[in-house]
Amino acid sequence: MTTDLQREQLAKLVASFMSYSAGHLPDDVKLRLTEMSKIENEGFAPDIYNVMQKNMELADSLKRPSCQDTGIPQFFCRVGSKWPYLDIIEDALIDAVKEATAKAPLRPNAVEVFDEKNTGNNIGTHSPWIDWEIVKDSDVLELYFYMAGGGCSLPGFSKVLMPLEGYEGIAKAVFEQMTTYGVNACPPCLVGIGIAGSSEVAAKLSKKALLRQVGSHNPNPKAAEMEKLIEDGLNSIGLGPGGFGGKLSVMGVNIEQASRHPATLAMGMSTACWAHRRAGIRINPDFTYDFFTHKGAAL
Amino acid sequence: MSTFEFKTPVTEEDIRKVHIGDVIYLTGDIVTGRDDVHHRVAISGKEPPVDLTGKAIFHAGPIMKKISAEGEPDKYKVISVGPTTSMRMEKAQAEFLAKTGVKIIIGKGGMGPKTTQGCIDNCAIHTIFPGGCAVVAAEEVVGVEGVEWLDLGMPEAMWKLKAERFGPLIVSIDSYGGNLIENNKIEFNEKREKALEELKGKLNFMD
Repeated sequence: MTTDLQREQLAKLVASFMSYSAGHLPDDVKLRLTEMSKIENEGFAPDIYNVMQKNMELADSLKRPSCQDTGIPQFFCRVGSKWPYLDIIEDALIDAVKEATAKAPLRPNAVEVFDEKNTGNNIGTHSPWIDWEIVKDSDVLELYFYMAGGGCSLPGFSKVLMPLEGYEGIAKAVFEQMTTYGVNACPPCLVGIGIAGSSEVAAKLSKKALLRQVGSHNPNPKAAEMEKLIEDGLNSIGLGPGGFGGKLSVMGVNIEQASRHPATLAMGMSTACWAHRRAGIRINPDFTYDFFTHKGAAL
Repeated sequence: MSTFEFKTPVTEEDIRKVHIGDVIYLTGDIVTGRDDVHHRVAISGKEPPVDLTGKAIFHAGPIMKKISAEGEPDKYKVISVGPTTSMRMEKAQAEFLAKTGVKIIIGKGGMGPKTTQGCIDNCAIHTIFPGGCAVVAAEEVVGVEGVEWLDLGMPEAMWKLKAERFGPLIVSIDSYGGNLIENNKIEFNEKREKALEELKGKLNFMD
């Protein structure tokens, strides 16, 4: 049994969750940036880290979106098969986007393709974009909201390699993308890599890799090794904050994989800027919640 | 590396003083303009609705809030305004400089050889405001004078801002042909080749 009341309740909760996450980075990202700022002690890097820190403090005290580019709204839903209000989720998320866009306020970013008009409220064809996963035997709605700006979306790509190009071929493509587009993507970035049998699966996995915590490791030891090797390699290039040069380049590298076809080695890459506004919340059937990416945050 | 305080209108004499790696704090008129504004001015050939001579063009699509009541003349406040990727404007920037008399470009990331030549020809510079620091930037804006071409939507319109000590603006292209980020990229590319060499044989998961 679902009612308008529950739709309103969910929309209000998600709207405040979105507004809060527009102005506050998740705990793991803040921690990594603090660690990196201690290492980056030469050239322009310390000044840039100081401005970044000041920006985080101002966004918090003034309750403003920390970056003007609040992205095109994307939700990643992991919904329990026993969550009682499946019917209302999509409508509630659309309501939430409208409300957060007006109140936070978020930047209206949805431009209708072909008509080439900004809709003005972030609602458009397939906007918000909602990715669905069903979790069996669960009555919890786990929701990720990710504000990916244009700058850090530009390095994104996917392609299908021939298997003989090997995993080195994947690394080479990532390194090339980071030294060309990565400089503009507000480094230090988090790099997400997807490996699969076709381009769209690899692309999607690369985005899901960005939802994983900074500093987490792929459970497959070989994948974890590849994450570490690429991270160290990228750091040895020293893009520094903003691309001004430094001792480090990235907050981390996360890889996600799906089985590939024997004849294909597909890869996808997505990057998150330093202002990685990824937020996750678990909502119970009684609408109590755990805002697990931002501990102690009050909505 | 030197630090400068400039006021608009910025003169050729001011621009000649600065070199890549210098830092500027700018007081005065800053106008936002990104993909669509550059397209209209440099490609479609429309006259810009704002006199940009000696001013700064800011590659930025801000979040603005209307603060005027219904029936009153429109009044806006800046909520959040950080730089956007300048490279997207590479195709049109040099023509834009020639047509408008803009002296300072503000954005993030580097720009390419066409803009570098445009900065030489028009005695202008490209500068970088730290990316993602949009509230710091918003707090350095002291007034919103108005908006033009709002039909393009909030992020793409030309917002006429008054700024005070707007910065740090790190000079990435000077009027002498210097290009800081392109120089960095040469170094990054060399280090990339070395890093890839180091990786050889370590990712052989296919036996």
